[in-house]
Amino acid sequence: MSKLKINLGPQHPSTHGVLRLILELEGEKILSCEPDVGYLHRGMEKIAEKLSYIQYLPMVDRMDYLAGFFYSELLCRTVEKAHNVELSARVRAIRVMLLELNRIASHLLWIGAFLMDLGATSPFFYAFREREQILQYFEKISGQRMMNNYFVFGGVRRDVFDLEDVESILNLLPQKVKDYERIITENPIFLQRTKGKGVLTPQVAINNGITGVNLRASGVDLDLRLKDNLYCGFYVQPVVLNGKDAWSRYKARILEIIESVSIAKQALEYLKKDEDLEQNLINPLSLKLPKGEYYSEIEAPRGIASIYVNSDGGLSPYRLKWRTGSYYAVNLLRKLLVGTYLNDAIAIAGSLDIILPEVDK
Amino acid sequence: MNYLYFLYIEFLAKHNIPQMFGDITFYVIPCCIIFVAILIVILALVLFERKLLGWFTQRKGPNRVGLWGILQTVADALKLLCKENVTPNGADKFIFNLAPILIFVPVLILLGLIPYSSEFTFMNFQTNLLIYVILATMPVLSILLAGWASNNKYSLIGAIRNVAQILAYELPVAFTVLSIIVLASSINLTQITLAQSSQLGVLGWFCFPCVIGFIIMFICFLAETNRCPFDLPEAESELIAGYNTEYSGMRFAMFYLSEYAMLFANSLLFSVLFLGGYLSPLGKYLSPMLFTGSLGGIMIYFEQAFWLLLKSFVVIFIMIWVRATLPRMASFDLLKFSWTILLPISILNLFIMVILKYFMMGGVYA
Repeated sequence: MSKLKINLGPQHPSTHGVLRLILELEGEKILSCEPDVGYLHRGMEKIAEKLSYIQYLPMVDRMDYLAGFFYSELLCRTVEKAHNVELSARVRAIRVMLLELNRIASHLLWIGAFLMDLGATSPFFYAFREREQILQYFEKISGQRMMNNYFVFGGVRRDVFDLEDVESILNLLPQKVKDYERIITENPIFLQRTKGKGVLTPQVAINNGITGVNLRASGVDLDLRLKDNLYCGFYVQPVVLNGKDAWSRYKARILEIIESVSIAKQALEYLKKDEDLEQNLINPLSLKLPKGEYYSEIEAPRGIASIYVNSDGGLSPYRLKWRTGSYYAVNLLRKLLVGTYLNDAIAIAGSLDIILPEVDK
Repeated sequence: MNYLYFLYIEFLAKHNIPQMFGDITFYVIPCCIIFVAILIVILALVLFERKLLGWFTQRKGPNRVGLWGILQTVADALKLLCKENVTPNGADKFIFNLAPILIFVPVLILLGLIPYSSEFTFMNFQTNLLIYVILATMPVLSILLAGWASNNKYSLIGAIRNVAQILAYELPVAFTVLSIIVLASSINLTQITLAQSSQLGVLGWFCFPCVIGFIIMFICFLAETNRCPFDLPEAESELIAGYNTEYSGMRFAMFYLSEYAMLFANSLLFSVLFLGGYLSPLGKYLSPMLFTGSLGGIMIYFEQAFWLLLKSFVVIFIMIWVRATLPRMASFDLLKFSWTILLPISILNLFIMVILKYFMMGGVYA
């Protein structure tokens, strides 16, 4: 049989943005896969060298438009570390609550998109219905649905309000997740398409720099939230599954939504206390980082995200570098897709939760 | 048909029009009416599906064009009419243009084979059912032509998948149809419908003795009309749009409408084979009670057509429900499912039906 070379993307409906995969097929079997990234390259790292830190802050939300809070948090954290600023307990609770809500929104979108890839249309609408409520709360407090730009150096823009909205979302979510599970998890066709597909052994995952849910679904217990100072005082129980396949990556995300709900609830309980917002804001106008190297990391929805800043003591960083989870997942496709069939390939690529702005930066 | 024919001739005679004119026009007029009616039903079907999918996913569905969105499909069809027909570079132009026309022809013939009421079938051949089963596989040829002529890899993969799918699903259909033929002792659809009428009423329908075949046939019809979970040939998350990726404008609309026409025809056949066709589920027809005199005699045909349409829309409703619930099957699992599960069960079903027929000779299903 002759070989067929097809071009999956960058305008393909299931590459979630602008990923281009060059697949070599024999029949429908994939012989080789070559990911081609960079269609969404905005030069996020180079631009940082020209901007002051406060000018750069609104940009970092665009690193991953589904989890913008995490990237703002990283930049803020780096600056706070450099200036030895301690966050007050209330600011920490606000940040944790918003980060976890953002993680839930991101995972919800993933569930919808993943099931859409598999050909089921309804879960997409169900997941978006719940995500919408979270985004509406974000809009209420920050004026923006996705690029919130809410965290500032040393605190947050303003205190959160309308906490009963958050409470109703958090109370609703476990029921809704149960509904999704009823329609998806044990569905025989879903099981057939995801069980045992795209097996990612812990060794391969570690060697390829896979982090986050994808790694935890392969049985490796690595969750940075346990060691994170921000999450200090919150009870976090990482979701670790041992299935290694696409199904367990799905299940891990479902369980992680529940886990995030419980963390966000802890933060919410704290925020309900009537206390004033105490912030240690850093004046951003002449903000300089002392000469040296700075590194901080966080558990983002798509794996560990980290930032490296090399400062020469000037108004803007000398060099800035991001590390994002999806970048490594895209690279993994090269290995994971070979030998599978075209429709499995879509399921496997979908299960890794790749998002392109994060990859292309 | 005879009854209507005499009414028509009588009507013309009153107005001093020669009988020859009536003989010629009698067969043309209902054909035109039904052709238009079928197109309207198909347009309604598209709207029905979109509305239902909307409600299943907690949306409103189309609700802007016309009252409650009832003109949405008309607007879509008009939009498609105005669009440019693009023929891709390197495509085989003749075949590329021929495929969308060819796909519609067998589907329309299929709709003509269905007995809409006891006196109304366009083409009432003795071997109706056989012709239906043969013609139902014809659209796949046009799909293969479309996929091949498009000069597009996605189209080609979609078309090849479709052929593999039809090959796999025709055999269980054939064996199930055989079991129905055994039960009814006929390959004429009107005879099959009549064979289901008995004192038992609804229980005389073939979906009760032939329940295994009923389920197999439903699954196979989903596959044959490329409906979810068997919508592999046009799996949008894998193949963009499958065989019709390169088609635009009215040519695309032809594929789209023929798919719905096929869905409609198949659900009609399904109702005829298993759900008693035009027979009333109440056991007796309502129109003789509601209308008096010769009007009641005519209305009974409309009532029969109404029951058939109602049954087929219930079948379509279930198909849409399935679509809203299930993900798509993987292509190899699909073929495996047909060859290793459906085919043996359908053969077994045929044996059961033969035994049933043998022992119940002279009984209800004789």
